[in-house]
Amino acid sequence: MHLQYELEGGNFTKAGFASSEIKKVLKQLNVDAKTIKRIVVSSYEAEVNIVAHAFSGIINAWIDNEKIVLHFNDKGPGIPDIEMAMQTGYSTASPAVREMGFGAGMGLPNIKNNVDLLEISSEVNKGTLVKITIGLTPEMN
Amino acid sequence: MKIQKINELLNAEVVCGEITNDSEIALAFASDLMSEVLTIKKDGIVLLTGLCTIQAIRTAEMSDIHCIIFVRGKKVSEEMIELANENNIILLECQYSMFKASGILYSEGVQPVY
Repeated sequence: MHLQYELEGGNFTKAGFASSEIKKVLKQLNVDAKTIKRIVVSSYEAEVNIVAHAFSGIINAWIDNEKIVLHFNDKGPGIPDIEMAMQTGYSTASPAVREMGFGAGMGLPNIKNNVDLLEISSEVNKGTLVKITIGLTPEMN
Repeated sequence: MKIQKINELLNAEVVCGEITNDSEIALAFASDLMSEVLTIKKDGIVLLTGLCTIQAIRTAEMSDIHCIIFVRGKKVSEEMIELANENNIILLECQYSMFKASGILYSEGVQPVY
């Protein structure tokens, strides 16, 4: 199964819509609640990152019997130092993002804690691609 | 603790959802930082927050939180109520500060997440 959602940078009203839709699909597929939570928390964090930092973005999700693979592809400023961005507490978020309850430098580390596989590639002034894989079966968790 | 009891203890107002006899929680977490809320792995918690935005509802949705108490007299918007309704999230408005509301619940036996 393939799902795709488009995101608009700066539009906090819609931030979370895609992750909400993904949650509905996973519930319909009878994925267990704890796994759904790991998936949608990671997805929501990545979605908020795009809304907070990028101009636009696309989420692609592929679901099969064993796993979900999510790609968060954005056009935006990119991440100059991914290692630094992975450190808890490091953030370049604007005051507006902080007013929404984010921008504390906790998003990427929280994604890492919830997923089985995380890959980040980025090009400054072009954009960022965050790839997440989470197993849907107990063996993979 | 029953959510009905929480509502009474905090002198709060239910602005979204219906409190039934099954509505019960054991743990509470208080924060204005949604990034922190999203790190909690435990279920069955009530969230106390002064962050009165649509993202508080979204965060609860992703974290399987079924009750949010908005402290410091914050007023929820129609948009927040609509989203909370879709996700069966109960919303309470409370005039007390985060410290007072947390203190009352703690002293009555609601446990912290950590």
